[in-house]
Amino acid sequence: MKPRRKRFAFIVVAVAALALVVGLVLNALKNNVSLYFTPTQVYNKEAPQGRSFRIGGLVEEDSVKREKDGLTVNFVITDKHKSMPVIYKGILPDLFKEGKGVVAQGKIEADGVMHAEEVLAKHDENYMPPEAADALKKGETAKASAVVANPASAPAASAAK
Amino acid sequence: MAINWFKYSAPTTFYGLAGKLIPWFALSAAILFVVGLYIGFAVAPADAQQGEFYRIIFIHVPSSILSMFLYLIMAGYAALGLIFNTRLSAMMATAIAPTGALFAFISLWTGALWGKPMWGAWWVWDARLTSELILLFLYLGFIALHASIDDPRRADRASALLAIVGSVNVPIIYFSVKWWNTLHQGSTIKFTGTSMHVAMQQAMFTMLVACWLYAIAVVLARVRSIILERERNTVWISELSEVRS
Repeated sequence: MKPRRKRFAFIVVAVAALALVVGLVLNALKNNVSLYFTPTQVYNKEAPQGRSFRIGGLVEEDSVKREKDGLTVNFVITDKHKSMPVIYKGILPDLFKEGKGVVAQGKIEADGVMHAEEVLAKHDENYMPPEAADALKKGETAKASAVVANPASAPAASAAK
Repeated sequence: MAINWFKYSAPTTFYGLAGKLIPWFALSAAILFVVGLYIGFAVAPADAQQGEFYRIIFIHVPSSILSMFLYLIMAGYAALGLIFNTRLSAMMATAIAPTGALFAFISLWTGALWGKPMWGAWWVWDARLTSELILLFLYLGFIALHASIDDPRRADRASALLAIVGSVNVPIIYFSVKWWNTLHQGSTIKFTGTSMHVAMQQAMFTMLVACWLYAIAVVLARVRSIILERERNTVWISELSEVRS
């Protein structure tokens, strides 16, 4: 074998081996690398107990309630399977909205509510002008009402309930 | 008509070729930057969720893409230099590193400026942000390692290994938003298409091409300087008109 082919083979094998090792390490550290736990993971007791961690999901529709001091907010984070009530005192990011992504850091106290120290908004990767977003929303509500009118045609939607 | 590509792997011929190409790349980069910024600021509409803030994407995404691609190209040149022992490959790798580091830095910096108003935080230790930070450190490590060894040929070999090993990080950056829960959103540009309004796409792709052209122009200019520096004792350099005068 020519030395240059030897060097080429060595580099290919070394990079492949390294990629494998890094892949295995990252796979083993999966939970540590992820920024937050989903409510389902919290329910399954995969999240740390008795100390601060982050929980992420969507803000449940009609769940945001402000207390009289105007600063304390109650809301529910959901992943459509399980949900977790959160209480937070402080200023919310502008993108915080019902039905949108959110990541909250805090501790679950004895009352079963997460007392958050920090709330971050998570936005999606879709970019469109407001008119397009409105049109999309209208299309979705039209589809949803069609499903309600004719539930037999939408077995997936009824199964989700 | 077959072009003898090996002819251009010699610094002697590549020096002249690079000199001829630089003005074209630089000029088209400048024009496309102006066009891209015009589309980005004047033509593209505001975003439904983020309003005007999202416009930083037109520099954030191209620089992130460049920082990752330039790393792979740098590692490729470094590997070529190791395997074929060609002088020019190693010089190209050295010339790419500072531009790659610059784009990685711009990506992190604009990301922080974008993160504060939208997410509510300058920085979070999520997988996407952390792996991009590691990419910046890999670039800086490559530059530092190369600079710390006096013999340029030995410096080439040592830093080439670092570059090749670090290339494992690039797919991690790209897939981080898929593999783990991150605060950073998923990829807008996917293999299957984009999830973006047309005018926004045009602005982003124009800026992307402009950044590519800029990167090529700057790397070619830098590699010319490296050739001059490393081959300064050769006859062909002493016969160059710009050296003699």
